[in-house]
Amino acid sequence: MAITIIKPGILDTLQDLGRYGYSHLGINPGGAMDRYAAQAANLLVGNETPVAVLEMHFPAAQILFEQNALISITGADFCPMLNDEQVPRWHPVVVRKNTILHFPKLQWGARCYLAVHGGFCVPPWLNSYSTNLKAGAGGFAGRKLEKGDELPFGENHMYISGLLKEGKDYEILRWQVATGAMYEHPNEIYIIKGQEWDQLAPQSQQDMLENNFIIHPFSDRMGYQLKGVPLQRMQRNELLSSGVSFGTVQLLPGGQMIVLMSDHQTTGGYPRLAHVISAHLPKLAQLRPSDCIQFKMTDIATAENMLMAQQQELNILRRACYERLNQVVC
Amino acid sequence: MQQWLQQHRFEGLLDSVAGYSSLTVYYDPFIIHKKYAPSGTAFNWVSEQLQQAYRLAAPSAVENNNIIRIPVCYEAPFSPDLASVAEYARLSAAEVVKLHTGNIYNIYMIGFLPGFSYMGPVNPQIAVPRKARPVPVAAGSVGIAGSQTGIYPLNSPGGWQVIGRTPLKIFDPFADEPVLLRAGNKVQFYPITIKEFGEWQSQSSNPVY
Repeated sequence: MAITIIKPGILDTLQDLGRYGYSHLGINPGGAMDRYAAQAANLLVGNETPVAVLEMHFPAAQILFEQNALISITGADFCPMLNDEQVPRWHPVVVRKNTILHFPKLQWGARCYLAVHGGFCVPPWLNSYSTNLKAGAGGFAGRKLEKGDELPFGENHMYISGLLKEGKDYEILRWQVATGAMYEHPNEIYIIKGQEWDQLAPQSQQDMLENNFIIHPFSDRMGYQLKGVPLQRMQRNELLSSGVSFGTVQLLPGGQMIVLMSDHQTTGGYPRLAHVISAHLPKLAQLRPSDCIQFKMTDIATAENMLMAQQQELNILRRACYERLNQVVC
Repeated sequence: MQQWLQQHRFEGLLDSVAGYSSLTVYYDPFIIHKKYAPSGTAFNWVSEQLQQAYRLAAPSAVENNNIIRIPVCYEAPFSPDLASVAEYARLSAAEVVKLHTGNIYNIYMIGFLPGFSYMGPVNPQIAVPRKARPVPVAAGSVGIAGSQTGIYPLNSPGGWQVIGRTPLKIFDPFADEPVLLRAGNKVQFYPITIKEFGEWQSQSSNPVY
């Protein structure tokens, strides 16, 4: 036993950084929507390998700790509380057995991550812990978490209980992740041209880059449907289906766009106008229905540099977390 | 080319998806930069690798003439749209089945759902367009959409005209090979009765080809 779901949330699933190597079989990578937050959560609790984290939407689960644990909460701000006290996100926190974690209020963002030291111990499916809801496989029994589910922890190689002070349910460790520019200018989403960008009418190219587009309520882990000025393609011919990816912006027959998100299908036949750059997928993943998006065109070199910078930052965080943790635990 | 790439993997190669007339390659730019330190972008470096793969991959390497034979029950209740396909084609249901089982199909692409195969060409007489809106479709359902035919691996909404159902597990997440069919395979369907369908289903796993 490790944690038990007392009350399920609307969509709580185990995720990692995706199931790669099976797209040619139609099995999509899936994985955490906000991979920066998911990675940071793991690093904060000393998980060196990308083990499973819990991805939650609002309303999120109520969780009972059945044993002492080192945890971190990152991503969206659902005002996390341990028993009756609010705790900060992006910090390592030691939690005492029998404490309840709950999330009373949606303050910011769309996806919140919970990592525990040692990770959640579930059998991998095709080399990944990500939940594939359609296939009914991966993660916790291939489904979202329900009342009474017990999620065991993986191997715990640190003695963390010594950090708990008498009479306190938890102890916040002093260091935290500075998310820096990651979630700044949340509505400004950089894109690069897609294969069918040139098929857009010049006026529509301009419209796409100069207008706001609203995220439609029919938006989920598969894709965000956008609402705004209808765009026009110059050709009418149907395309042959081909591979698509997390971040692909497609033009639907009515002239509206859809941005494919983590649970997208492996192939698609709609025109690919653009691709959201990987470095901006985390902030896109934190937008919600009725939020707006402004697309800004950039080039591949800039997109790669931004992703590299993000990855470097995570590497620095990895080393820093490791050193700090080793200083306080034996 | 996809096969060649899988045999000559570069580090940072994550996935590849073959479409009808395309190959989409997914890679991690961070790994490419770290391992190969290209002077330009990782995109350009990968593009060069793909051009090389395109030159070197022998087309004969993917030829596979083994035909995978797939049993299909074309009887009710597994064939909800067989009557309307027959009406569209001005043929009897039996003639539709004969035309559908008469062709050897190429699998052009796997996509949409785990293990969903896009195959064809379907005889033009029974190449019915897909439905205006998707309806719930059961796993194993065999459908037609224009000149394509395919098998639904999972229960899913779908717009293809369903004319039969196979008892084979097209997708079995916990089998050694979760997906039965591959792009490049050749497939032929053969009809079975509803009684045979039941017998197939009582077998726990797919027979070995």
